[in-house]
Amino acid sequence: MAAANEHTVLQFATPSSTTSILTARIHPLVIFNVCDCFVRRPDSAERVIGTLLGSILPDGTVDIRNSYAVPHNESSDQVAVDIDYHHNMLASHLKVNPKEIIVGWYSTGLGVNGGSALIHDFYAREVTNPIHLTVDTGFTNGEGAIKAFVSSNLSLGDRQLAAQFQEVPVDLRMVEAERVGYDVLKATAVDKLPNDMEGMELTMERLLGLVNDVYKYVDSVVEGQTPPDNNIGRFIAEAVASLPKLPPQVFDNLVNDSLQDQLLLLYLSSITRTQLSLAEKLNTAAQML
Amino acid sequence: MATMARSFLQAISKDEAVAPPLRVVQIEGLAVLKIIKHCKEFAPTLVTGQLLGLDVGSVLEVTNCFPFPVRDDDEEIEADGANYQLEMMRCLREVNVDNNTVGWYQSTVLGSYQTVELIETFMNYQENIKRCVCIIYDPSKADLGVLALKALKLSDSFMELYRAGNFTGEKLREKNFSWMDIFEEIPIKVSNSALVSAFMTELETDAPVSQGDYDRLQSSTTPFLENNMEFLIKCMDDLSMEQQKFQYYYRNLSRQQAQQQAWLQKRRTENMARRSAGEEPLPEEDPSNPIFKPIPEPSRLESFLITNQVSNFCGQINGVAGQNFSRLYLTKALHEN
Repeated sequence: MAAANEHTVLQFATPSSTTSILTARIHPLVIFNVCDCFVRRPDSAERVIGTLLGSILPDGTVDIRNSYAVPHNESSDQVAVDIDYHHNMLASHLKVNPKEIIVGWYSTGLGVNGGSALIHDFYAREVTNPIHLTVDTGFTNGEGAIKAFVSSNLSLGDRQLAAQFQEVPVDLRMVEAERVGYDVLKATAVDKLPNDMEGMELTMERLLGLVNDVYKYVDSVVEGQTPPDNNIGRFIAEAVASLPKLPPQVFDNLVNDSLQDQLLLLYLSSITRTQLSLAEKLNTAAQML
Repeated sequence: MATMARSFLQAISKDEAVAPPLRVVQIEGLAVLKIIKHCKEFAPTLVTGQLLGLDVGSVLEVTNCFPFPVRDDDEEIEADGANYQLEMMRCLREVNVDNNTVGWYQSTVLGSYQTVELIETFMNYQENIKRCVCIIYDPSKADLGVLALKALKLSDSFMELYRAGNFTGEKLREKNFSWMDIFEEIPIKVSNSALVSAFMTELETDAPVSQGDYDRLQSSTTPFLENNMEFLIKCMDDLSMEQQKFQYYYRNLSRQQAQQQAWLQKRRTENMARRSAGEEPLPEEDPSNPIFKPIPEPSRLESFLITNQVSNFCGQINGVAGQNFSRLYLTKALHEN
């Protein structure tokens, strides 16, 4: 098949749209996987390909949750994919999580070329309308572009001419990564995972920073340095108004009650700890008659 | 350090090199994400998986991991499970992933992971691998915005004791061994390859506050604390049951001792009577008499484990209560302004 040209003008048969794919949602684990496989690729290979696992949601979004690499050989005119390996890994993954099915495949490197069309064909035999993800690990154009494509076949009458890869918007759900903490995932080495109190400290610092920013903005608007923006003003008013309106006495009572509850818990746990060390001493120090 | 000096000396004297003690576990961000994803998907079921990586000096590197399928019934899945493992490791080998097993991970609920099964699994792994580690992840704490990842190892002294199978008070007193010495927690370091770090830097959202922060600033921790307290109370009940077992044992022991003394007295008077009558004195011991049968001392392992769990719960409660204090003062300050 000829290589796909992204600006083609040929008319193509509209795909029978049982589910037309609207967007692709990618979890951060997939990106990590792809990068890891790329770093570990054999020296002869220029790019890595692999299978994407996930599920298709009823509104047409493809939720890509997991992936694994598949060994392949690529030369200028031939592509060989290790199909057995692909099926074996698929079976193993399905054992753990039977809901994650094949939704497509990925490759590193920017853009789509002839070999990709062949591989895409292979995946199209496994699942209808696979999605093709390219992760640009070479950082061409100065950015690591993550793009997703769907292919549709171009045919003139009965003859298959080409496959057109249309880009599909990509939604990167970084919620899990945020939960773990970007500092942990971004740095090449993190010496210590932050524990409860340190994380709390970080969060409070950030909150303080935000409040300071808002203060500065309001001050500068009042002094006339920055033109006022009604939207921002409304947001600020909403935020301030969302504090519950309690009379100070009631609020103080609330806070004090909660404080006392927490203190009670702390006291209980300290007592338990003391009890434990006592019991330990009694147990092992008991003398045999 | 003393241990390093010792291994250096031994290296000079061309003896068998002693492996330096494990100081740090270095995990890749990829493995962390995989563990979190797997544990969270299957919560509240407890799941396990295998850790793969390299053992380098005093650092144990974990570079990848794969989950184990959940076992429904253990009979026919024994062979299946082993096959799955071999299959996964073979496939991963083909894509150049390190396929040295360095341990396993498991999820837990509220930190109640110190069980006998854990110890047994550890001993199993220890047979084959020189150094293995167990990573515990607690998905319920993720709602509070804390990354609850811990690396555990059995201490060497405990392993010796376990192999000897002997947990009596005597032995423990000799070694000065307390319940805190069973598990050793090893600090975790997270590392990422440069490529991944480049991607993450680019993909980082510009929002100054992240989801983790939202989670941490939530002030409704009551369900978590309630669950913790419930578990704590249950564990204390178990602990008191164990204590009662000991008391029972000691009571029996002292009763037996008293019986032995009484019997001995009787024998002695009998012997004196016999000597005065000119007959052979009877032996002062009679192993066939049931009062001389030594009563087995109950193992302290259970009570140690329970103690560990209780201490864990206490620690968690402390942590969350501390966080709550900060949050309460924060709301107070906000309200005043």
